Amino acid sequence: MNKLILIAGGSTLVYMVLAVLMGVLPGIKLSNTPPGPGVNPLTVLQAQGRAVYVASGCSYCHTQQVRPLDQDKVFGRPSAPGDFAYQTPELLGSERTGPDLTNVGKRQPSVVWQYIHLYNPRAVVPQSIMPAFEWMFQVVDSAPPGVTPVALPKVYAPTHGVVVPRHDAQALVAYLLALKQPPFPGGADESSASIRGAGPTGAPASAAAPRAGGYNAAKGQALFTATCAACHQATGEGLAGAFPPLKGNAAVNDADPTLHIHVVLHGLQGTNVGGIVYPSPMPPFGTTLSDADIANIINYERSSWGNHGASVTLEQVAAERATGN
Amino acid sequence: MRTDVTAQQSALINSDDRTLASVLCAYTVTATFWLLFATAVGVLMAYKFGAPDFWPGAYLTFGRLRPIHTNDTFYGWASVALVGLAYYVAARSSRAPLYSAKLAWIGLVLFNLAAVAGTIALDLGFNDGNLEYREWPWPIRLIFLAALIVTAWNLIGTVARRSTEDVYLSNWYTIGGVLWTCIIAVVAILPWYQYGLGQVSVSGFYMHNAVGMWFTPLALGVFYYALPKVLSRPIYSYSLGVFAFWTNLVFYPIIGAHHFLFSPLPWFLQTTAIVFSVAMLVPVWGGSANFLLTMHGRMHGMAQSVPLMFIFVGVIGYLVGSTQGTFEAFRSLQQVWHFTNFTVGHSHLTMYGFVTFAIWGGVYALLPLATGKQPNSLGLTLHFWMALVGSFIYVISLSVGGTIQGLDWIHGVPFIQSVADMQSYWIWRGVGGSLMWLSHVVFAWNVWCMSYGVGAKASLEDSSSTEGAGA
Repeated sequence: MNKLILIAGGSTLVYMVLAVLMGVLPGIKLSNTPPGPGVNPLTVLQAQGRAVYVASGCSYCHTQQVRPLDQDKVFGRPSAPGDFAYQTPELLGSERTGPDLTNVGKRQPSVVWQYIHLYNPRAVVPQSIMPAFEWMFQVVDSAPPGVTPVALPKVYAPTHGVVVPRHDAQALVAYLLALKQPPFPGGADESSASIRGAGPTGAPASAAAPRAGGYNAAKGQALFTATCAACHQATGEGLAGAFPPLKGNAAVNDADPTLHIHVVLHGLQGTNVGGIVYPSPMPPFGTTLSDADIANIINYERSSWGNHGASVTLEQVAAERATGN
Repeated sequence: MRTDVTAQQSALINSDDRTLASVLCAYTVTATFWLLFATAVGVLMAYKFGAPDFWPGAYLTFGRLRPIHTNDTFYGWASVALVGLAYYVAARSSRAPLYSAKLAWIGLVLFNLAAVAGTIALDLGFNDGNLEYREWPWPIRLIFLAALIVTAWNLIGTVARRSTEDVYLSNWYTIGGVLWTCIIAVVAILPWYQYGLGQVSVSGFYMHNAVGMWFTPLALGVFYYALPKVLSRPIYSYSLGVFAFWTNLVFYPIIGAHHFLFSPLPWFLQTTAIVFSVAMLVPVWGGSANFLLTMHGRMHGMAQSVPLMFIFVGVIGYLVGSTQGTFEAFRSLQQVWHFTNFTVGHSHLTMYGFVTFAIWGGVYALLPLATGKQPNSLGLTLHFWMALVGSFIYVISLSVGGTIQGLDWIHGVPFIQSVADMQSYWIWRGVGGSLMWLSHVVFAWNVWCMSYGVGAKASLEDSSSTEGAGA
């Protein structure tokens, strides 16, 4: 009997000490991490959206932690302890079958896009394997006043009536759009040289810098796919009623590239393209992409899908950036 | 030997033995149900990676099925099966009757109740924060905790009544495992130190300990009993087993933070986790060497003994899977593999290649001894090869695909390219997974033959025993 007590009791005692040391004590210490500057609690609707996120198991495919590694730069700045002060339950996640969402509210601020993507991800990203969350929407004959129907492409739209988001979808999208990293305090503003110097690929700007009259076509296409295709589509045709086409777009084909460069650097909202007004906002990319990357993207757009705009140089982008918004 | 056999056969009519046999049967049968269910869910999910619009809707969406798959394989299949085996091993190695059949039945009901309630809750979207392996709402996890406490009480009571001087090594591992897991369950439920980043550190602690301080010791407990039993020879080194027990106990609880390398958790916590991940090679290699040396010289007999084949694969799964875990904990390698499907391959190599094969070895070695019924050899062979080949395809495709995924990210290609590049590997994973699931159907049939169905009478050769090999 004594031996049994020694083995069972002794090992349990050892384990209890280790559980307190490795589980409870770090838990107590880190639970008191103060919020970082600019980190705020969620609103009621956003918090409801977070609950939908948990109930749907979003974090089994989407992480919410940006590591201080080159390959994570596309997702934002490295996560800091203060970022998680209001995040219980924690949603850091362990798999990235889909992209990290830490900063998705800044990366993809378009409500229109978020609803289409949620209703059926393949409507905007053909290769996506994310489930469709159709049950968070309903089909009605006509949208009630004040509600904008989801601008679905024909293939995905119901045969009659329009699709409007239910409360769950509204809350979830409100939460996703709230996922924005506040900039590091005192740290240089996001468009500082450190970010401009290296694009999302982590390659130094000089390596990919386009020379006058030529550009890195493969890089341009990769950057376009990663950054622009979700809305403007790989075909450059955009999505009718939601995102404007770049194919045949006047600004893209204009001999003077100033407007084109300006839009990519600073974003756009509520613009009239070819007689249609697009309410969805386009985010500014000047804060996340280097001049070289932007030049590559612009040159790709100006030379694809039958477009024939004059190509731009790194210097032109830098000059336009220097003039400010 | 001959007298042992006669003793055992006459013992079969003994009511204590009948009780023990019916407990083992019931635990194994319900566990097998959970295996079939949870892995069917797994196959469905694998299919959805290639056809995301197949069977849409809230109740069959990936994010709800995924925790159902993991929790039911963990707490339905592996936990229930291992506890059933632990009861049998405790009673037999102690040459004592089960302390309380009633407690064993209560435990079984509680385990299954928790798994049923947990499955329903998760499918309805009641998920406790997507915190891996503790997704069941906390009242349901309390039911599971109650089942653990009942089990601990019953196992200790049984071993306390032993008619041998020593406590056999298997019981160190199983009783220890159940008691430690009670502590893990409590640490996971209490909320006061689980806010924001604090909860991240608890998650790291929990998700690794729930695996390594629960399934590992119980599966090792099966090895330490079933292996000597099948081979009719004692374990190679008893003291090496004791050494592995204590080193596992001290090193394992410290390595949880390696799930959060490069995260905002304190850097020293991450580094400590890496150091002890390396230290884990001591109990892993020590334990594996002990099992392999016990088998040494008897490998040629393996083809004749299906339980031995399963145990051998289980030992190799333990050795390779755990060693792989150590390497994954290095920062340099984690830069490539973390967040990719490589880790899904790793978790299947360990929970399947090690734990599940260990359970199968234990069931095939011990259930016929308890009931006197054998499954037919075609069923055994089919089960073994389909499970082995299926899991090879599964693990290799995800390991290769996961590496490509990680390199895609490092090379900075558009994210969606890393999804497209995985497609063919996901198809192969589905093929492997389907083969694994088919093997489970055969296993279910074999279990039926060994328990309630009409199986072949156990041959005298197979039931020859070295009762309580270490006793």
